[in-house]
Amino acid sequence: MYRYDEFDHDLVRERVAEFTDQVARRLSGELTEDQFKPLRLMNGVYLQLHAYMLRIAIPYGTLSSRQMRRLAHLARTYDRDYGHFTTRQNLQFHWTKLAEVPKMLAELAEVEMHCIQTSGNCIRNVTADHFAGASADEIADPRPYAEILRQWSSLHPEFSLLPRKFKLAVIGAPKDRAAIQVHDIGLEVKRNEAGELGFAVWVGGGQGRTPMIAKKVRDFLPEADLIAYMEAILRIYNQQGRRDNKFKARIKILVHEMGEEEIKSAIEREFAAIDKSNLQLPRDAVERIERYFAPPAFDTRFNGAPAFERARETDKEFASFVARNVHPHKMPGYAIVTVSLKPIGGTPGDMTSAQMDAVADITEQYSFDEVRVSHEQNLVLPHVKLEDLPAVYARLHAADLATANYGLVTDIICCPGLDYCSLANARSIPIAQRLSERFADPVRQSDIGDLKIKISGCINACGHHHVGHIGILGVDRKGEEFYQITLGGSGDETCSIGEIVGKGFSSEGVIDAVETIVDTYLKLRESPREDFLTAYRRVGEAPFQEALYAHAA
Amino acid sequence: MRVPGMSAKSKNSDLTLVATANDLRTGAVVYRARDGAWQRDISRAEIAEDKDAAADLQQRAETDLALRVADLALIPIIRDGAFVRPAALREIIRATGPTIELPSPPPRL
Repeated sequence: MYRYDEFDHDLVRERVAEFTDQVARRLSGELTEDQFKPLRLMNGVYLQLHAYMLRIAIPYGTLSSRQMRRLAHLARTYDRDYGHFTTRQNLQFHWTKLAEVPKMLAELAEVEMHCIQTSGNCIRNVTADHFAGASADEIADPRPYAEILRQWSSLHPEFSLLPRKFKLAVIGAPKDRAAIQVHDIGLEVKRNEAGELGFAVWVGGGQGRTPMIAKKVRDFLPEADLIAYMEAILRIYNQQGRRDNKFKARIKILVHEMGEEEIKSAIEREFAAIDKSNLQLPRDAVERIERYFAPPAFDTRFNGAPAFERARETDKEFASFVARNVHPHKMPGYAIVTVSLKPIGGTPGDMTSAQMDAVADITEQYSFDEVRVSHEQNLVLPHVKLEDLPAVYARLHAADLATANYGLVTDIICCPGLDYCSLANARSIPIAQRLSERFADPVRQSDIGDLKIKISGCINACGHHHVGHIGILGVDRKGEEFYQITLGGSGDETCSIGEIVGKGFSSEGVIDAVETIVDTYLKLRESPREDFLTAYRRVGEAPFQEALYAHAA
Repeated sequence: MRVPGMSAKSKNSDLTLVATANDLRTGAVVYRARDGAWQRDISRAEIAEDKDAAADLQQRAETDLALRVADLALIPIIRDGAFVRPAALREIIRATGPTIELPSPPPRL
């Protein structure tokens, strides 16, 4: 894992001291709220419905056990004993007291964590594939590049006051597990025909009120040009992005208005003109960062995993867990394990301090001290020995963290919605909970197969509803919560934006409506191997509209 | 500051209103009582019955933005017998907390 150097430590400590002073000045009345608000937002402090909220960055979703234990400690000491993992690989505490934020930030700094750039019109936390460094299909680990981008973008003076927020995501495999095509910039690490490392570059994706799929502006950008090219894109956006209308200020609007060819030309012209003398990324600099992400000391003497095989044959629940939550690892004898934060009837992404401590212990003992946070609001143990899986499963089970539903209908992404968020128009968590309960039967879930439901409580789309196979958007209709359903969205390498299926549903009706959609899929699929998205893409909206609305016509 | 009372929050000037905000230090949802205290119980909040009373309440409440509260708004309430509750779902949730079971019980205040 990356470790802070003296510059990182100084930068974060200085920011903590600065914000500590700003909080004191606000509490003494020296600063007005109008003066203080932009300062607190720069440090990840929001004011939500019930309290302040602290958003903590987890760069590229990677945590050590020490960091996870510190998050547990903060939850216990300063919050209400739990935290909420978000769709941007952040952790949010929802019951924070402003007067205690400086102490929380100081404690985070001790474990090399911070809240800088988790809000505001700047480059936000850089996200990455949660299977990075472990997945069997990986070309290269994307995290060294994500770390380089983190260092480059942290407090970058030219890009601290952009027209709007700016989100980057990086993957290192053809399979997109980080939804890069709905980010402002998405990077896919790849090799060219000569075997050299570089990137496919996507620009102008995003969700929110105007969902857009990013355009590929470079099929292969040499590794050395990464920072210069990012500067070229950001510079075009900073100069030409709209500042007159908040709702049209994201780069996706600029890309849309300029058109694909013109934005490509503008970026290339800027890239050609840019002074690259200080922006080239030398291989030795990349290697220095790569060393922090070097593969752990795997046991290479794999000769079968008898305890694992025995448990899989004799314990049906363990076998179900392996079938859904265990993924192929690049190293024989190892596996990647998804720890679902989606218990039946629970709040997606929530985790108690006791559970955080339990995962920290498992991480330390069984996963080379590394755990990941996924944008799907789950955790990932990236490097678990197959032979240790029964023990890991037992420990997860004891902590109520062994729900075997990865990628199934109950593995729902959901924003905090109107239960917490000051921007929300409708509740989202209760809808997720009731859907999860409706589809709780594991046999039924298994029969339905891969299906991603994503729920947002407002058009800002933090719950990624636009890229849900079934997306649900909560709206306020004359003071009542209403839910609009979209179908056919996907955040993977076949990215698509869901289409609105028809008029919305009440909070009572939306659960039945989703069940109708699922039952319709089960009837029309060609075989159990044809998953929901494939079937939808084959047949389109019509059969689902017919099932949902025909009786009302 | 959130939308002041007599504008978007309460287009209908006939609505009865109370002043709400978040406590500056803790962020807790609070309501302004007749004696000027900011406290958590909406039933003790000062109620403005007409436009002039609302403007007066707003003006007095704004003096507390410097040191005591943030995100001030006047919100419509509904009287139900001896009880008072916010009119909008958002404000009901602010008054009573999330509508879901939390992983841990709230602390005693």
